[in-house]
This record gives sequence, C-alpha cells and structure tokens, in this order.
Amino acid sequence: MTTLRAEPLTARSMGTHHDRVDGPEKVTGRAPYAAEHADPASPPVAAWMVTSTVARGRVLRVDASAAVEHPGVLRVLDHESAPRLADTEDEELAVLQDDRVRFRGQVVALVLADTAEAAREGARLVRVHYAEEPHEAAYDASTATYSPEGVNAGHETDWADGDLEAARGTTGAVVVEGDYSTPHEFNSPMEPHAAVVSWDGTTLTMWDSTQAVHAVARTLAPMLGLDPAQVRVAAPYVGGGFGSKGLPHAPEMVAALAALAVGTDDPGRRVRLVTTRQQMFALAGYRTATRSAVRLVAEPDGTLLSVEHDATSQTSRFKEFAEQTATAARMMYAAPARRTTHRVAGLDVNVPSWMRAPGEMPGMFALEVAMDELAVATGVDPVTLRERNEPATDPETGKPWNERRLVECLVRGAERFGWADRPTAPRATRDGDWWVGTGVAAATYPTLYMPGNEARIETLDDGRYAVSIGAVDIGTGARTVLKQISADALGVDPAAVEVHVGDTDLPFATVAGGSAGTASWGTAIAAAVQQHRADHGAHPEVGTHTTAGAEPYPDMEGHSLHSFGATFAEVRVHAWTGELRVSRMVGVYSVGRVINPTTSRSQLLGGMVMGISGALHEDGHRDPRFGHVVTQDLATYHVAAHADIGDLQVEWLDEVDELATPMGGRGIGEIGIVGTAASVANAAWHATGVRVRDLPLTADAFLDLPPLS
Amino acid sequence: MKELTYVRATDAAEAVAAVSGDEHATFLGGGTNLVDHLKLGITTPTTLVDVSRLATDEIDPVDGPSGPVLRIGAGVRNSDLAAHPLLRSRWPAVVRALLAGASGQIRHQATTGGNLLQRTRCVYFQDVTTPCNKREPGSGCSALEGYGRYNSLLGASDDCVAVHPSDLAVALVAVDAVVVVLGPDGERRVPVADLHRLPGSHPEQDTVLAHGELVTAVELPMTELTRRSTYVKTRDRASYAFALVSVAVAVDLAEDGTLTDLRIAWGGAAHKPWRAEAAEAVLRGQVPTEDLVRQAVDAELRDARPGPDNAYKVAMLRGATALALRDVTAPLAEGASA
Ligand SMILES: Cc1cc2nc3c(=O)[nH]c(=O)nc-3n(C[C@H](O)[C@H](O)[C@H](O)COP(=O)(O)OP(=O)(O)OC[C@H]3O[C@@H](n4cnc5c(N)ncnc54)[C@H](O)[C@@H]3O)c2cc1C
Ligand code: SF4
Repeated sequence: MTTLRAEPLTARSMGTHHDRVDGPEKVTGRAPYAAEHADPASPPVAAWMVTSTVARGRVLRVDASAAVEHPGVLRVLDHESAPRLADTEDEELAVLQDDRVRFRGQVVALVLADTAEAAREGARLVRVHYAEEPHEAAYDASTATYSPEGVNAGHETDWADGDLEAARGTTGAVVVEGDYSTPHEFNSPMEPHAAVVSWDGTTLTMWDSTQAVHAVARTLAPMLGLDPAQVRVAAPYVGGGFGSKGLPHAPEMVAALAALAVGTDDPGRRVRLVTTRQQMFALAGYRTATRSAVRLVAEPDGTLLSVEHDATSQTSRFKEFAEQTATAARMMYAAPARRTTHRVAGLDVNVPSWMRAPGEMPGMFALEVAMDELAVATGVDPVTLRERNEPATDPETGKPWNERRLVECLVRGAERFGWADRPTAPRATRDGDWWVGTGVAAATYPTLYMPGNEARIETLDDGRYAVSIGAVDIGTGARTVLKQISADALGVDPAAVEVHVGDTDLPFATVAGGSAGTASWGTAIAAAVQQHRADHGAHPEVGTHTTAGAEPYPDMEGHSLHSFGATFAEVRVHAWTGELRVSRMVGVYSVGRVINPTTSRSQLLGGMVMGISGALHEDGHRDPRFGHVVTQDLATYHVAAHADIGDLQVEWLDEVDELATPMGGRGIGEIGIVGTAASVANAAWHATGVRVRDLPLTADAFLDLPPLS
Repeated sequence: MKELTYVRATDAAEAVAAVSGDEHATFLGGGTNLVDHLKLGITTPTTLVDVSRLATDEIDPVDGPSGPVLRIGAGVRNSDLAAHPLLRSRWPAVVRALLAGASGQIRHQATTGGNLLQRTRCVYFQDVTTPCNKREPGSGCSALEGYGRYNSLLGASDDCVAVHPSDLAVALVAVDAVVVVLGPDGERRVPVADLHRLPGSHPEQDTVLAHGELVTAVELPMTELTRRSTYVKTRDRASYAFALVSVAVAVDLAEDGTLTDLRIAWGGAAHKPWRAEAAEAVLRGQVPTEDLVRQAVDAELRDARPGPDNAYKVAMLRGATALALRDVTAPLAEGASA
C-alpha cells in the first residue's frame, strides 16, 4: 500500500454544523442494525446461548435430550459437538472448545432453532452437569498483588520519579491521603451485542454490532482456520458501543461457530444471535472495579511535593486486562517526586475490557477528589490549586506539550459557571429542602493515533467523489464528519462526497475507540486524497480511483499530546432523604479543532452524562458466592435517566492542533466522562461536608449529616 | 420461552373458571411484569387468561357495603388512574404514588390489578440460576447473605427478606382501600392492608388470594382523611427506579395543627405495604414535631432487623416520614392539591 505524509487541511466544512447524514434513516427506523439483516424469504436460524451456572469447574455432560424434543429446536452444540477452532489461545474467544468452566456466565452450549422463542425455551431445557471446583470471585484490594507486565494501552506498570521520602519529610508539608474506589461498571449499549452470520463453504459473512469490522475479521479468521479474506464483516449501523464492542467478544465467535455448523449442511443459511441484557453483563466486557490509594504531599500553599497513586484492579485468571488507572497521575500535575503503580487480582470471573476512558475515568476520579481534599486542607481555591501545579513540560516524558490549555478551561469554566460567588465553607447553602454545593475537577485524555488506515477515493460524475474506508459509525456521527473531512481534503462541497463505511470490503480501518477514530481515519483520507490528486490530477476522469494510507502523523516524538478539560458541578442533596441531584454542570474542553459542533457537542455531553451516571448510579454488584453480577439488567443496574440530568453546558476552546492531525482536531469521544464524577463528589462534599471516596454516591451516605468538624 | 395458550376472557366469571380449574393457568393484565417472568423462566404457565380487556376499566363513585366508595376497575391503566380528576383532588397520595412508579410507557400498559399483584424485584428472584425460596420453595434464600440494599427491615423471615415493590399498594393502604375479589365461590372484599402476606415459611405466597381468585376492582372509601395525603418516595435515581423506601400519609388536621386522625404506610420496608400503626399511635392527637416523628418512627421500628446493607433505611424512613408529614400539615395553600 502507498503511504504518504498527510498535509494539514484547509477548513471549509470542518468547524461548521452539518446534519447527521444518517439521521433520517435512523429516526424513521429504516437503518438496519446487525440483527435485522434477515432475508424475509428464508428466516435465519435462531441461536441462543446456554451459560454456566458455576464459576469454576468442568462440564461433565450437556444433556440436550429435552431441548431437542422441543418443537422448533434443530440442534444443540456443546464443547464436544461445536466446530473446532484452529487456534484456542485466546480463552475468552475459544468458546465451546473444552470442558473448562472459567467463570459464571461462560457459554457452555448453544441451541439452534427455527425461532428465537423456541431457541430460548430449548436453552432453558438444556441440563448441564458440572464438576464444580472452588472459585474465587471477590475482589479485594489486598488480594491484588501481582504486577502485570504492562497495563492497558501500552503503559508501563509502575513509574516513579524523584525522592518521595524527602517530599514527605518536608517541614510544614500538608499531606492528604485516601482510598478511592470505583465499582464494576458495564457499558451495556442500547443495542446489545448481536450478529447475523452465514457460511457458504468459502466465505463467512457477518453482520455484526461492532466498533471495528476489520479487527473482528482479523481476530476471528485465524482462530477459525480461515484466511482474513474469507471473513467479511459489515456493521452499517451500530447502536452504541462505549468500548464494549471495541474488541470481539464471545458472542461473535459463538455466532460464527453456529454459522459454520449450519452452513456445512445448508450453505449460506443465516444464523442470528442476539445477546440478552443479562448475558451482556457476563459476555461483553466491563470496567473492572478499582481501588486507588492516593497520597499528595504539598507545601502549605498547595504546591505539590509528591504525588503517589497506587492502583489495584481485578481481572479474569484466564485472560488479563489491566486497567491503567494510575497513568493520568504521571502527567497531570507538576511534582518533584512521584510514584504510580498497578497491581491486579486474578479471579475466576469474566474478562474486563474497555469502557469509555479506561484508566482515566477511575484514575481521575481518585486524583481529582484528592486534589479537592488538598484544596480544603491548604485553604487554596480548587481552581487556583490546579493552576499552581501546572507542569511546564510533561512530567512523565519531559517533552513539551502540544498545547496544554487546562488553565484556560478552568478559568473559562469558572467564569461561565459563576464559581467566584461560591462560599468556601461546606454546608453553607440551603435552598428549601436541599443543601447546595459546587465542585470542580480537571479532565485529560491522551491523543492516540492508530496506524494502518487506508482510504479509497473514487471520482464520480458531476465533480462528485466516493470516499470509502472500513471505519464504523457507532452512533457518534463518524459518517458525517468523515464527509466533512473528505470534502475539505478534496476542496469540494460536502454534498459532492459519498462516504462508505462499516464493511471489511472497504479499505482497512482501525477501531472506533481510544478517541482516535476520526483522527486516524481522517488522516488516512487526507493522505489518500493527496495521492489521488497526484495520480489523477486536479480534474480527474470519472472512474479514476486511488487507495492509500498515511504515514503516522502526530508528532509523538517531539511533543506530549493530550486534551484537557474542566467540569464544574452543582449538586443538591436532600436534607431529609439524602438523595442527590446534579442540577447544573459546565464542561469546558480543549480538544483541538471541533470538526462538527453538533455531533461533537453530543459526544462531550454524552460523556458528561455518563460521568454523572457513574457518579450517582452505576454499580455492578458481583455476588462472590456465585461469581456473577446480580444487578444484571437495566432495572437494577441504574444508569442516569432523563430526570437525573439537569442543565448541562458544553463549551470548547477555539483551537487548531496540527501537531495532532491534519484536520487540526483531537479525539473527543472519551474526555467528557473524565473527571466528571470527581466534580460531582467534590460538589457533594461542598453541599454537605461529607467526603465520599467511593462511587457511586448514594443517598445513604448523606443521611443524618454528622456535625461539621 | 415456553409455548403457551392465550385465552382472552370475555367476562370475569369465565376468567375465574379458566384459571381456578387449571393450576398451570394464570391471569394476564398489562403483562409488564408477567411477560418478563415468562421470558426469564421465573414462571412457566401453560395458559394465560387475559383479563386486561374485561369491562373493568371504569372509575365510578358507587355505594359499597359500608358506605360510598370510588370503585376502580382492576383493568384501569395506571396512567388513566393517575390522570383522573376525582383522584387528583381527593386522593393525592394515590396519584403521587402512581406517578412515582415505573415509566410513562409502563404506566400506560400496567393495570390496577396487575400493579398490586406484581412480584418482588429481588435480584435473586429474578435470576433462575440462584436459589430463591419464593421462586422455588425450599431452595434457600440468596438475599439473606447476598445483595441486601433493597432487603426488608420489618416482618421478614429467615426464608425471605424481599420487599413488595408496588408504590400504588402503599398509598392504597394509607387510604383504607379494599380490593374486590371474585373466586369460584363468589365475591369477597379484602382490605389492601391485608392483601399481601409476610413471608413466614411460605414466601412463595405473596398474597392471601387463592389460585384463580381475580381482583375485579379496588374501592376507595369516600372519607375526608384522604384529601390531605401525600406520597414520598426515595430512590437511587430521579425516576424509573423502585423505592428504597416510601411513605404514604393521610391526615385529619385540627385548626391548631393537631393530628386528629392519620394513616402512615411504608414501602420498601417489608414483604407487604407496611401500615405503621405504632407510629400512628404516637402521633394521633398530637402536633407533630421533629422529635415526635422520630419517636413515632422509632416505635414502629422497634422490631426492625436491619442488616449491613439496608441499615440506611432506618434514617431514610425517619426523614421521609417527617417530610411527608411536614407536607400534609403545612398550610393548605402550600400542601393540599395534587
Ligand atoms: C423497569 C421497571 C420499573 C418499574 N418501576 C416501578 C416502580 O417504581 N413502582 C412500581 O410500583 N412499579 C414499578 N414497575 C412495575 C409495574 O408497575 C408493574 O409491572 C405493573 O404495575 C404490573 O401491571 P400489569 O397489569 O402489567 O401486570 P401483569 O404483568 O399483567 O401481571 C402481574 C401479576 O398480577 C397478576 N394479575 C394481573 N391482573 C390480575 C387480576 N386482575 N387479578 C389477579 N391477578 C392479576 C398476573 O397473573 C401476574 O402475576 C416497574 C416495572 C418495570 C419493568
Ligand atoms: S429474599 Fe425472598 S425473593 Fe429474594 S432470594 Fe430470598 S426468598 Fe427469594
């Protein structure tokens, strides 16, 4: 493949509003989601997963006798009868390949039937006999003792700098320390994981609900013993992912195995698998619970002398995922001494994975509440305290920043929020039955870039172009912003560009994740357009086309590239019942050029909503006796409802960052959730004087307020 | 889910005959609770007898056996009931309880009878892979030493610590409502306060109704007591969540603020809507002060058995009860209308 250095684009459409190009299809119900790719003439075979009811042991026997008697049930696959995989090293994906039960909720059999109802009833009738073994599923920070080789996103496990002893020994130093925790959190997008798959003897065709069609094909193909070209994955519309669809998970492999089994006798027959909401809690990844021991040592004026962040989390014993909770503490504030560590507990549980802002979300909750505590301990205003600890260069790498504008975010946010009018003392404002308080927290997210993307540019008639890339629009508006980026790269009106995404038949693209989708795909499009111009000139013939990719663009060598932000929250705590409401929030972000204000605002706002949800509601309660999460539906795993969301205001700084991308923008998908929960916890403290260090903040913590100390 | 027969009953007697004669048959109201249970395998009937289309969707003032009542058909949808002008002016607690429950969509579908007979939301009851005495008698109670945030404080047994989830039922207890029940042997009336049971050693029985007994109506006695009534519900999010605790109060107030008569009912406290008679006794004939309310609540909670996960409910019930009483004893202009 040709790769070239993309040149910065001139913004014409970028930076302006553009309606979501797929809005009409979506709101009129014409956009087909994964499970809807059924051929009415030949209804798909319905697949239903039977999942383990023990947390560890072996499957002795799968008794499907009653199930196969049930009308409509075609057959039942188990670890003996399912098609064999060529590679079983990834034990999360190697489903139905052996008799081991590794966690409760693991797939142990699969029922295939004429209808979903029959399949479900068949699944209920399957009797699985186990040899149960003792399991360990309780996460406790004290058992998180092993050091992973690295943590998620390629970070080092431990990183330290300077002399901590000296910092702690400084006379007059103010010390703030605490343990902060976040619970198991579940992405649970509106559209559950689902796939329609067929096997015709040569090609496995899969309509999937995923954030990365190419990654699904490239992961599944070798395991299935197929060439990647034999696996076609399409995801034209996706109803949310939040990281849970960033990597293929067991349901996709189950669907593929089912298609192989069915297609061997009936080539091309489609199989449909839809994960139930309850199964989502076992099979679709989640954010591990975390515990953070944070200690800040500062001069009496709040200038940090040291930052210590020792994080623990848990993972499954058979496949490691180590949340990078303490990495933000490496670069967030200046301090001469620092220690950041990650320790993990390996348990007999389902595999944690990516969930919006892995690492930063739980880590910045801990760090930013600790900073608030330091502000209280030193009597320094929380905004001033953060300003006072601005590092001139990245403390971790020593590199200069691309453009670190955290202070501007704080100052602008403070102004818009009305921070200056705030009383410094807690429990000082009462409005009717409610205690009212305000809090602030900073946000950060690294600028990531995923190499390897390619785009195809084709000249159509009437000065129009088709731009194709195997990226996925998971509901963020990727189709729309790629149209705008393509238009600016081509120097044409967006109306003259057709964008094609969501299919492995299109050029390779990386995941819609890491807040790096638009950046990485857009850079490839910019490069491909340059190559197309080089190949075919400024007035190309109809039908000419070029496929090309970009050389890695962002200046990672010369600079430390990050986005920043600040959220200000107003929280009300009911004086009689302890209930909390976030009545107001302002978020100000520095994210480079905002390519489409409409879709971007939704991303940042959505991140803030999810942050509020994490602050007040989300709590995946695992029952260690059984090994699974018992708050496993959306009636018991609460996410914010409309009524929980008050007046949210989003703003961004005017900015163009050509060190990051040719578009001048950085990612925006995740930063909105970072720090948000801390701003809520800090505001709740200000409202009541009660410091809560564990998410979520629930009413019970605010009943019978103790006297202020 | 299991294949089953669906029957649409044309009259109440036929529905009763169909269900009482078949232990595997069950009534279907709006289906918002039962259909979930069918999908999850919590219950596996072979026949559903749809009673949501019987002519039981009227709300009428009538003469009951012991005086004038407002008769609410069991098929009246929660949203219609909440919107009824007479309810809004005379039974604000009932309206507020309805509107504090579920979501607009569910209230639109849910029936009055189905709401009262909805089953517990205990997470283990809902999960057929875990032991639960209510779902499978004798299998054990997973909640006793498990997830306990919603567990009951009062009247639980070692066999079951679940709470009844209906908001409406709590308000109906505070307004002395009665359910009209049709069985194979004819009609009977059961006060809502006596409809649900404590679990004892038979948590599988939620209510005193026999299999095949159909709720045909709810009767609200026309008393003055209910005009000053309200419902306070606390929850883990601002809407669309079951109660952590809830309080329905109805009071008669003398000019000087003395509570001449009152009813207090608690939700989220027990396996049934909990009529707080001991608390009422402390407050009856008194002007409620914060201290007195605390005494009243403490009197009611004398036999409470809080665990580590639900101990917060004690303070929460105290706060919510005080708040509800404050709201109904405040000057009329501030507190009386729905
Ligand atoms: C996500 C969610 C949140 C909810 N939140 C709340 C809440 O906050 N507060 C609240 O109170 N409720 C809440 N609900 C529950 C809701 O109120 C009930 O599901 C509903 O009221 C049940 O009414 P239905 O007519 O749909 O009953 P169905 O599901 O049809 O029936 C429920 C039960 O009653 C029986 N039954 C129905 N009608 C009769 C009759 N006439 N005589 C005898 N037996 C009968 C059925 O056999 C079944 O056992 C929530 C539900 C959901 C799904
Ligand atoms: S509390 Fe009751 S409903 Fe819940 S598990 Fe125990 S027996 Fe079942």
